[in-house]
Amino acid sequence: MDKSEKLALSLSGLLLIVFFGALMYAAAAEDLEVPTCITDMDPFTTDTLFQTSEDTYELHMIARMWAFQPSTIRLPVGSTVDMYVTSQDIIHGFKVENKNVNLMAVPGAINYVRVRFNEPGEYFFACHEFCGAAHHTMAGRFVIEESVDEPETIGG
Amino acid sequence: MSDYSFRFTKSSKYLNAALIIIPMVLLFIGIYGGLMQTLFRAGIIQSDPFVGGDYYKGLTFHGVLNAIVFTTFFAVALGNALIPYSLKKPLNTKVAWASGILMLAGSVLAAIVILMGEATVLYTFYPPLKAHPGFYIGLTLLVVGSWVAFFNWIPMYLEWRKENEGKKTPLAVVGMMTTFIIWLVATLAVAVEILFMLLPWSLGLVDQINVMLARTLFWFFGHPLVYFWLLPAYVMYYVFMPKLAGGKLFSDMAGRLVFMLFIIFSIPVGTHHQYMDPAISSQWKLVHGIFTFAVALPSLITAFTLAASLEHAGRKNGATGLFDWMWKLPYFDKEKWFFPFLITGLIIFIFGGIGGIVNASYSMNTIVHNTAWIPGHFHLTVAGPVLLAFLGGSLYMVGQFMGKKIRFKGFAMISPYIYTIGLLIMSYGLKVGGLMGMPRRTNTGASYANPDSVLYQPDWVAYIDMSVIGGSIMFIAVVIYLVSFFGTVFSKSDSTEEGSVVTFPISEPLHDEPSTWLRNFKPFIIILIILIVLSYTPVIYDVITTTYDTSLPYSPNSPVPLR
Repeated sequence: MDKSEKLALSLSGLLLIVFFGALMYAAAAEDLEVPTCITDMDPFTTDTLFQTSEDTYELHMIARMWAFQPSTIRLPVGSTVDMYVTSQDIIHGFKVENKNVNLMAVPGAINYVRVRFNEPGEYFFACHEFCGAAHHTMAGRFVIEESVDEPETIGG
Repeated sequence: MSDYSFRFTKSSKYLNAALIIIPMVLLFIGIYGGLMQTLFRAGIIQSDPFVGGDYYKGLTFHGVLNAIVFTTFFAVALGNALIPYSLKKPLNTKVAWASGILMLAGSVLAAIVILMGEATVLYTFYPPLKAHPGFYIGLTLLVVGSWVAFFNWIPMYLEWRKENEGKKTPLAVVGMMTTFIIWLVATLAVAVEILFMLLPWSLGLVDQINVMLARTLFWFFGHPLVYFWLLPAYVMYYVFMPKLAGGKLFSDMAGRLVFMLFIIFSIPVGTHHQYMDPAISSQWKLVHGIFTFAVALPSLITAFTLAASLEHAGRKNGATGLFDWMWKLPYFDKEKWFFPFLITGLIIFIFGGIGGIVNASYSMNTIVHNTAWIPGHFHLTVAGPVLLAFLGGSLYMVGQFMGKKIRFKGFAMISPYIYTIGLLIMSYGLKVGGLMGMPRRTNTGASYANPDSVLYQPDWVAYIDMSVIGGSIMFIAVVIYLVSFFGTVFSKSDSTEEGSVVTFPISEPLHDEPSTWLRNFKPFIIILIILIVLSYTPVIYDVITTTYDTSLPYSPNSPVPLR
C-alpha cells in the first residue's frame, strides 16, 4: 500500500472516531440522547397535561389527521415537560423549533422526550411526516410566558 | 486490457438501448414533477396539468420514477453492458429481455396507479396509508426483474472465475456484483414487507398490520437502497474517470477494498433513519449509528483514491507544483464530455457526504430529522453525483449501443455544470430552511409560505424561493442534456460493420497489488450476514414487544379508516 494511501486511511478512521467521541461526550455530559423504548406507560387515547412537581409537567399528546391534540400548550418559563406522543391513525411527526425535540408519532407505539423551556417565546412545530391531503395544515406551538396563572392546552 | 472492443449481439444492444431510453422518458416526467413541486411549495402555482391540485400525487411520482425506477433501470443496463464487456462473455439475451420486460411492466403499472391517484403514499409507502395493490405489485415486478438480471450475470461470473483461476476479477465486475449483492439482500426485507404485510392487507386478506414492523423492514431496505444508487456511480468513478482524465487509477486495491467494505456495512445501518422513532431502544440505534460511521470510511477512501488518480492525470497532462494539476483536467473539452458528469458529481458529493455524516450522528439527527434538510441532503447525493454519473453513462451507452456518434457534445458537456449551480442553490435553501424547522414532504405553498394563512412562517419564505430558483436551473440543465441525448437517439446511424463494436474507457491501475484477500465475495457476505443478525435481531425484538396495537388501512383523504 502506498504511504500516502495509508496516511489517508488512518486520518479518515481517526476523523470518524473523533466525531463519534464527540457524540458520546454529548450523550454523557449533556444528556443528549435519542428516543428509546417506552415500557412503563399505558396506552392512552385522550390528551392531558398535568403538573407532576413544582415546575415539571407531563403531557400526553395525540397526533391525528390533521391536528395535534393539544395544538397549543401554554406554560411558564422554566418548565420541564415529559412529553408522551402517539398517533390515533397514521404516522405523523414534528420537530419543535429551536429545541432538541424531534419525535415520530406512530400508531401502536408511544414515543417520549423530556424538554425544558428556559426562554420565553413561541416554539412552533409542524407535522413533518406526510399524513394525507391536509398534512400541510397540521401544526402546533408551545407558548412559554414569564407568568402563567394556569398552564393550559388548547385544541383537545 | 484497455480500449479493447467487444461485439455485443444485436438483441442485447437493442435491449440495452431500450433500458436506457425508456427510463430516460420516465425520468423526465419525474423531473417535470420536481419542478412543479418547487412552484407548488412557493405558492406560485396551485395546480398543474399532470396532478391537478394534488401536490402529494406529484411528489409520489417524482420520488418513485426518479429515485426507484430510473436508478434501477440504469444499474441493470450498466451491468448488462460492463459484465459481458469486461468478462468477454456473451449475455444470455433471453433472460436479459425477460428481466427488462418485468421491470418495464412493473414500472408502468405502478406509474398508472400513481397517476390515477390510487397510490399517493410517497416513495416510502409507509402504512397505514394504503396504496392500490397495483402499486405494490408493480414495485415487486420491478425488483424481481432486477433480480433476474443479476441472476443472469452470476453464472457468467462463476464461469469466468473458473476459467481464469489466479486472475483478478475486473474491477468493473467486482463493482457491479457488489451493487447487486447489496441490492438482493436489501430487497429481501422489502419483499417480506410487501408480500407478507402490505399486499395482503391492501387486498383485504389481512385486516391489520404492525406499522412499526413494516417501517423497520422498509429501512432495512431503505438505506442500502442509497448504496444501490451510489455504487454504479462509484464503478464509473473508479473505472472510467481516471482514463477520461488522461491518467490511471491510483490504487486498484483501494477500489476492491471499498466495494468489500460496502458489502459489510451497507445494510446493518438502517435504524439510523429511525433515530426519532418509538419502540426501538436507543442503544440499538447507537449500534446502527456506529456501523453508519463505518460505512463512511469507504467513501473517505474513495475521496482520496479518486483525487490521487486525478492528480496523476493532471501531472501527466503537464502539471507541476502542488495544486496545478487541478487545472490540467479536461473540464471543458467537448470531446471528453463524459468527464464533467463525473467531476461535478464528485464535487457535489463533498457536501452530500458531510451532510450524510451529520444525519448519521445519533443525537445530532434531532436537529435535522424529517426537516427540509433531508431532501436537501439527498438531492446532493442521489440527485447529484448519482444522477449526473447516470446521465453521463446513459448518453455514453446509448451512443455505443445504437452505434451513433454523440450529437450536440457541447450541450452535453455544459449541462452538468449548469445543473450543479442549480442544485447547490436549491439544496442550500432546503437545508437552511430545514435547520429553521421547515418540514420535508410538505406543500408549504398552501400554508406556511402563504401570507394569508394563520400558519404563515415569514422566515422560511426566502429559503423556499431559493429552491424555486435552483430547481428551475436544474430543470433547464436537464433539458439541455436531453437535446444531446435525444439528438443522438434520433440521429441517423453512422454505424458501419466495424463500428458496431462497443468500447468503454477502462482505466489501468497505477498501483496494482495482488490483494488476494479481496478476491472472493464469500467471506464478506458471511460477515454481512453476521452483522445483520447482530444488529437487527434486537431491533425487531423491541419493535414486536413494545408496540401494543396494529393498524387498519387509511386513505390519504380521510381520517376514517377504510374498513
